[in-house]
Amino acid sequence: MRGLINYFSGMFNGIISLLKGMGVTGKYFFTSPVTIVTQQYPENRKTLEMFDAFKGEVTMPHDENNEHKCTACSICQINCPNGSIEIVSRDVVNDEGKKRKELDKHLYNIGMCSFCGLCIKTCPSNALAWGQEFEHSMFTRDKFVKTLNNEGSKLMQKKGVE
Amino acid sequence: MAEIIQDIQEQEYIINMGPQHPSTHGVLRLVLSLRGETVLSVQPHCGYIHRGIEKMCERLTYQQIIHLTDRLDYLSAHINNHAVCMAVETALGIEIPERVKYIRTIMDELARIASHQLWWCSFGMDLGALTAFFYGLRDREPILDIFEESTGGRLIQSYYTPGGLMKDIHPDFQKRVKDYIIYFRKKIGEYDQLLSGNVIMNQRTQGIGKLTKEEAISFGVTGPSGRGSGFECDVRKHRPYGMYGKVEFKEILRSEGDAFARYMVRMDEMRESLNIIEQLIDNIPAGDFTVKMKPVIKLPEGEYYQRVEAARGEFGVFISSKGEKYPYRIKLRSPNFSNLSALHTMANGQKIADLVAIGASLDYVIPDIDR
Ligand code: SF4
Ligand code: SF4
Repeated sequence: MRGLINYFSGMFNGIISLLKGMGVTGKYFFTSPVTIVTQQYPENRKTLEMFDAFKGEVTMPHDENNEHKCTACSICQINCPNGSIEIVSRDVVNDEGKKRKELDKHLYNIGMCSFCGLCIKTCPSNALAWGQEFEHSMFTRDKFVKTLNNEGSKLMQKKGVE
Repeated sequence: MAEIIQDIQEQEYIINMGPQHPSTHGVLRLVLSLRGETVLSVQPHCGYIHRGIEKMCERLTYQQIIHLTDRLDYLSAHINNHAVCMAVETALGIEIPERVKYIRTIMDELARIASHQLWWCSFGMDLGALTAFFYGLRDREPILDIFEESTGGRLIQSYYTPGGLMKDIHPDFQKRVKDYIIYFRKKIGEYDQLLSGNVIMNQRTQGIGKLTKEEAISFGVTGPSGRGSGFECDVRKHRPYGMYGKVEFKEILRSEGDAFARYMVRMDEMRESLNIIEQLIDNIPAGDFTVKMKPVIKLPEGEYYQRVEAARGEFGVFISSKGEKYPYRIKLRSPNFSNLSALHTMANGQKIADLVAIGASLDYVIPDIDR
């Protein structure tokens, strides 16, 4: 007899505990029907704004004259733990006959980047910044290598110096 | 006929569980030997996701190592980095600002909550309660947003650096965290309603996968899994670092040592973490977010060890330096590896379906096991 009572009370308690759980899901089913259906990702693409700090990709900001701040010093290349940056520079001779390095191409391979932020942090001229792009899929791997400086861009001349 | 049946009953049956089994949460291969449904032995075979992180560290500077320790136990990325940073800082003998200690402690605890939430999701899912998965992820999202706003990363942040932080916290950080504490205090009750009292879950975990305190100590099972067996192993309590010495919190202990005890320890730890954050969040002192460090850090010759309490147990970093800018050798003590070694003891003699529940209660992260 005791066994029978235990059997039924166990079943009863079991059903109660299941109903409690179902109550939680049921509550959401009726109170917020908008959020329970499957949504497209990201659900708010039109209004989506990433946080300023978001680490999407490494970019090199240019000003309106197509000028950047990179002096081709290669510090970012040395500091990158994955070798995803390659600086291609050319030697130019200025009016006074002094040789100087100038940036030819700042090659950045996003496929090898682990978004550690060391390049941006250590750049002495603040030439790099985080971009907000978050969809990086490509069909081929060579598309991952990006040239960060624009075509025909120059080094920004410091105002008030010299 | 009778002979064949007897044969089957006496023979051992060897099967592979994994490396692609959904309940192993990654690429872990368990070789099981079974008699009928009863598990006789479990042999984990690791190495499917071995990346040689310890070896790679020998060619990286101390700032660069951070991005690799992120990728060990990616759910406690902040906490692993804390260990590396503290090891370097103690080796150099530099005192880091109070502000950094506060922020690091808060971030660590947020990471712990987020990690336990994800564990709760997958625990429910492994036992067949898929709904739990979505509710857990819903509540984890605001934490990831808090991380993203201040650090720029959601799962892997690379936020700590030897000497401080990569950048200062966002001005909204405190407000968001305070809002989240209020929000999650309400929601955690829902977790209990959904799963903790559920009759199916209780019957599948209570008395399953027992581990005694002595066994936990001898296998080095730490973290919530060890504390579920009554092993007092909370590094935050016994070897305080960061701000843990100055805040009040309980070390959650349970004596049963079964899968349910490990479940309850984690549930209570989430509440304790909320308490810790609450005590710190209003008092973050003003000041620098980093001390000025030389661009090239060279540790003095010697050996350094630092341990922290990661979400899954004790994480340790051992650095041997020859005075160069690269470490001579790095050894990482990852909690999951030791926890996994106790799997055979827990699962021995249990049914094969219980192995899934035991594995879920251990909460393993495979990249941390293989490194
Ligand atoms: S981006 Fe900065 S660190 Fe890299 S080469 Fe240019 S100036 Fe130097
Ligand atoms: S973010 Fe890190 S990995 Fe990526 S390019 Fe910069 S230094 Fe290299």
